[in-house]
Amino acid sequence: MKISPAEDSQAMARKVGIIAVLLAVASICEAVAIFHPISESHRSAALELFSPVAGSFSSLEEAYEALRTFEVLGIEKKPDVKDHTCNSVVDTLSLMSSNSRDLYHALRVNGLLKCEISNEALTGIVSRLKDAVKDATSLLDYYHSIGGLLLIKDQSSEVDVLLENADGTLRSIKALSQSDGRWRYSSSNPESSTRAAGLAFETISGVISLAASAIDETLIGTLKKDIMKLFDSIEKYDDGSYYFDDKHIDASGHQGPLSATSAVVRGLTAFASTSESLNIPEDKILGLARFFLGIGVPGNSKDLYYQIDTLSHLENNRVSVPLVLSLPATVLSLTSKDKLKVKVSTVLGSSAPPLSVKLMQVFSSGSKDASVLNKDLHFDPKEAIYSLDDLPEGVDIGEYVFAFEIVLSDPEYKRKFATGGRTKVPVHVTGVVKVDNAKAAVLEGDVVESEKKLDLPGKNDLALSANHLQKLRLSFMLTTPFGKPFKPHQALLKLRHETGVEHIFVVENSGRHFEITLDFLGLVEKFFYLSGQYNIDLTVGDAVMENSFLEPLGSVELDLPKAPEKATQPPPQAANPYLRYGPKAEIAHIFRAPEKRPPQEVSFAFLGLVLVPFLAFLVGLLRLGVNFKNFPTSAIPATFAILFHGGIAAVLILYVLFWLKLDLFTTLKTLGLIGIFLMFVGHRTLSHLASTSAKLKSA
Amino acid sequence: MVKSPATKDDAHALFHSLRSAYSATPTNLKIIDLYVVFAVSTALIQVVYMAIVGSFPFNSFLSGVLSCVGTAVLAVCLRIQVNKENKEFKDLPPERAFADFVLCNLVLHLVIMNFLG
Repeated sequence: MKISPAEDSQAMARKVGIIAVLLAVASICEAVAIFHPISESHRSAALELFSPVAGSFSSLEEAYEALRTFEVLGIEKKPDVKDHTCNSVVDTLSLMSSNSRDLYHALRVNGLLKCEISNEALTGIVSRLKDAVKDATSLLDYYHSIGGLLLIKDQSSEVDVLLENADGTLRSIKALSQSDGRWRYSSSNPESSTRAAGLAFETISGVISLAASAIDETLIGTLKKDIMKLFDSIEKYDDGSYYFDDKHIDASGHQGPLSATSAVVRGLTAFASTSESLNIPEDKILGLARFFLGIGVPGNSKDLYYQIDTLSHLENNRVSVPLVLSLPATVLSLTSKDKLKVKVSTVLGSSAPPLSVKLMQVFSSGSKDASVLNKDLHFDPKEAIYSLDDLPEGVDIGEYVFAFEIVLSDPEYKRKFATGGRTKVPVHVTGVVKVDNAKAAVLEGDVVESEKKLDLPGKNDLALSANHLQKLRLSFMLTTPFGKPFKPHQALLKLRHETGVEHIFVVENSGRHFEITLDFLGLVEKFFYLSGQYNIDLTVGDAVMENSFLEPLGSVELDLPKAPEKATQPPPQAANPYLRYGPKAEIAHIFRAPEKRPPQEVSFAFLGLVLVPFLAFLVGLLRLGVNFKNFPTSAIPATFAILFHGGIAAVLILYVLFWLKLDLFTTLKTLGLIGIFLMFVGHRTLSHLASTSAKLKSA
Repeated sequence: MVKSPATKDDAHALFHSLRSAYSATPTNLKIIDLYVVFAVSTALIQVVYMAIVGSFPFNSFLSGVLSCVGTAVLAVCLRIQVNKENKEFKDLPPERAFADFVLCNLVLHLVIMNFLG
């Protein structure tokens, strides 16, 4: 058969398509995510996380975090909280022992609450902070004191805060920097961190704005270079977020990417507000915004503060303001003719400048190429939503990636706002899948014996019967709303025996046509030779199929041959899943049966018997004619002899007591004492006896 | 088997000679011999008891039997050391041997009482 050129090119295209799919999976995976701006859920989380204990916060630092978050999110402060906190602020500011850190936090809170602080008090604090700047050695000393001075400058215009030796201060701060763009906390600590770099930028920006005289331009130039150097170490996630992370654990403050990235953004925006030209590529700014939006609603107060504070800095900064494109709904239904809606706003949810949103491309799942559509979305000013009335041609049910592009109306804004080029968003398009031409048949060989039409996805009640020589065939067709063939995630046929044994089969398809043939001859062993009634269930389901179903189709009465001897048994069905964790049968402990003891009479009899030899011994002694002639008669030896025998008797009594109730330690102790006594006495007695018998011998 | 009168007479004669020889031993040795017989018979009665009722508190049985056997052994040692005809222990005063006997018995019975249970 000759292959026509059309078929040949089709085969080639298929091959290229497969390679493209493999390549596309990698590229489609990246930068396909959706970021939502700050919303009501953040507000309610803030109210929950930042609840002051008994009307006041535990520290001024926490008070500042809470108040700042409330301010950015537009939540009203309670008046009694304000009073408590103001008292604490005034106390801290008037205390002579407060260091620059305490003053800094107190001044921060004051900036939000505007407590009543007199100008004299502020002047006193300014002189203390200026001294602190002169004496500062570590980065945090500079940070707190310069930060405090800057806050006073904002809060009161009458107090003089300008720094005399700004150049010198800058140089000492710069001395702590490292070549890779990071900063050290102090000259004695060699560890550097990104967070320290962020704090340093903020401090330096503060010095620049507080300088009495103009700063050396070269210093500022090197600083810009440091910032760019730091951006070399930025890290990236697949969804397009950029962040900074600290490799070492910080000695002070919060660890982790949130605190480090937040510090860098603060420093960056502070620096940008003092000088004009800072060239950070806009995809990095957008990436930083995405990082903070991508964490959703954080679970603790510190993370929420970092998120909200940083986003508010990004909201109006002088480098570029990120714009977020989000979809309120990423699942569109063809049945209810959903319109594609897109929202563009700043990170905090405020409205964006005039712009237009274009739908550039629609990628269906797995394909890299898509034609460029360049469709403009229609803007609805009342709801501030861009929408598309009709989905593009050929968008059938399935998973797609929509690529949007934001075009700013005023070209001036291009420098001010970061739009991020093409934004890719995953979208699911769902619809009703038509199930046609469904029928179930029992085949004998290849000949259809009985066939029944099925109404899917409605109710059915089949009652088929088959034996092991026949086959059961089920077939149906699936079509999408646009008439194309459709392969669902699940197309499963389940046969369940009366005893509960289940068998599941996958229904294969070719194009639109789905068919499964169960040849019982080959399945007899799989079915464990169980004959009887089997219930049939059909499951067809997919994420984008609105009418997914799991329907019982009826039953088939199967007649299988008897099981041979060695057939495998069907798996035991769990009687009741709750029984598995219910109480088990009670085990009665069987105590060790006590040993059989002899009857008491036998024991007593033998007790008597054992004493008989003793009596016989005594009788024998008498018969032998034992006498006490050798017992010493004179007083002292006699006493000793008596004591000797007494001592032995005492030891024996001790042994009886030991057997009855004493323990070994007391026995040994007492035995030791009696033993010493006995040794002495025995020695005397026996040596006396020995000397008397020696005298007798010699005499 | 019927013992021939010759062997029967021989046995009697042997028995008599042994008996008369034994009566020549000093009294103190006879006392010690009696003590040994007493100890061993006590041990035997205990073994018979165990054979009848089983060895359930085996430690008690062992301590009982070993006490008897141990004291018998010590008495035999005493007899050896006290016996005047034994040239090996000529220089050992019998009081010293007796003191050893008493001491060893006390130690033996401490152990026995501990093991009795």
